[in-house]
Amino acid sequence: MNLTLKIWRQKNATTKGKLQTYPISDVSPDMSFLEMLDVLNEELIEKGEEPVVFDHDCREGICGTCSLQINGEPHGPDRAITTCQLHMRMFKDGDTITIEPFRAAAFPVIKDLMVNRDSFERIQQAGGYVSVNTSGNTQDANSIPVQKNNADDAFDAATCIGCGACVAACKNASAMLFTAAKVSQFALLPQGKVEATRRVLAMVEQMDKEGFGNCTNTGACEIECPKGISLDNIARMNREYLSASMK
Amino acid sequence: MGGIFNSSIARKVAMALSGLFLVIFLLLHFIINFTSVFSADVFNEYSHFMGTNVLIQFLLQPILILGVILHFVLGFVLEYRNRSARPINYVRFNGSANSSWMSRNMIYSGLVILAFLGLHFYDFWIPEVVHKYIESHPDDPFRYYHETVAKFESPVRTGLYVLSFVLLSLHLYHGFSSSFQSMGWANKYAKGLRGFTVAYAILIPLGFIFIALYHYFNNV
Ligand code: HEM
Ligand code: SF4
Ligand code: FES
Repeated sequence: MNLTLKIWRQKNATTKGKLQTYPISDVSPDMSFLEMLDVLNEELIEKGEEPVVFDHDCREGICGTCSLQINGEPHGPDRAITTCQLHMRMFKDGDTITIEPFRAAAFPVIKDLMVNRDSFERIQQAGGYVSVNTSGNTQDANSIPVQKNNADDAFDAATCIGCGACVAACKNASAMLFTAAKVSQFALLPQGKVEATRRVLAMVEQMDKEGFGNCTNTGACEIECPKGISLDNIARMNREYLSASMK
Repeated sequence: MGGIFNSSIARKVAMALSGLFLVIFLLLHFIINFTSVFSADVFNEYSHFMGTNVLIQFLLQPILILGVILHFVLGFVLEYRNRSARPINYVRFNGSANSSWMSRNMIYSGLVILAFLGLHFYDFWIPEVVHKYIESHPDDPFRYYHETVAKFESPVRTGLYVLSFVLLSLHLYHGFSSSFQSMGWANKYAKGLRGFTVAYAILIPLGFIFIALYHYFNNV
């Protein structure tokens, strides 16, 4: 396949960036999107140009590091995948592909396509944990009975890999789906109930403080989420938040 | 602590509650208007009651006006904050791949409704207040029907009303069910509720359109 790539190039956090056009030829449809970018970078390095900086780590859809807004959608046109799992066969010979960083005030660009997602870490640190004494005599988690459907919902919520596609897809750059997944995975389990009130208040407060937008309930996040995190989690977080506020 | 009044979720809940309040008012308004299609007398009777009852005039009407103001002012606040959350826009943003036009354009459908409310106040509310409280005309329980019908002689006004109801329908098509999500309602009834809200969003504005066109064509 021969393609035209329009890639966002930006020197650093403070300079202005712009889209730059790169033709690329002989792309195999079996390549992943990141492999295609690797090939481009090799060509750029051979020509003595700066390679394109982009995030990646596991390259198997579990770490959430790879990002990229591809043709106006996070992780590109395919569903329930990350960019490292996106294959070039999703595109046609002769296509022009626009590649931009995830855009949000709370995700500042570091360089080119790489953004800083520390704001997610700070939301998590605000309350996304359970306080357990780890002195060695910790009770086995399996000895606490959990209703099956709660266990399933908590597990589904816990599959969130913190990639930020929900923020990138949202017209409001809202982190509600991410925060809701992190709130839900604990709120549904007995171990998490202990700190539930404080947790949801603190995490939502941090989410607002980071400058994310809120929800218009467009549902874009759920559709673009590589792990299929459900909007029901947002409704649950809203419930948790309201009842916590009344306490 | 930011507190509940400074929280984005609380703002959304206020948006949802005010929106739902307006949805209920809209149904009442529709029922009263609809009587004008089959009986001038019934329409006059209801209108006279609404226009003269002290509780409605001096308690419910101010609550309604405050509700509208709260809703659209909060709508502007949310829009402003949500826009600030993405100061640099995408060059290419494919919103239609993952969300409905209605959900992405609530502010625009809302702005059309707001402009319509301006026209509606100019058409009915201001003349009514002037008639009753400023010029202090003697009570006339039979004036409402022909005053209302006369407004729909103009094709321009009728057209503007119809257009506004189309935008109202689009606003509610997303907004009505969205308000339940904002308040944390997600259970086994959510799907049925979604169906009900969609039916409401289509049928009630369509009913208003019917009434406007009915009087327009009766006039010509
Ligand atoms: C007066 C002009 C109006 C404006 C400017 C306006 C604006 C808005 C905006 C911007 C939203 C989306 C907020 C968000 O981002 O989540 C919204 C939601 C909503 N609006 Fe309006 N609106 C208006 C009138 C109305 C009317 C007349 C009704 C009902 C008859 C209504 C019912 C709703 C409902 C139910 C929602 C959903 C709330 C939610 O998502 O929780 N609006 N409105
Ligand atoms: S909710 Fe989905 S899209 Fe958002 S961070 Fe988690 S895995 Fe990524
Ligand atoms: S690189 Fe780990 S999910 Fe894509």
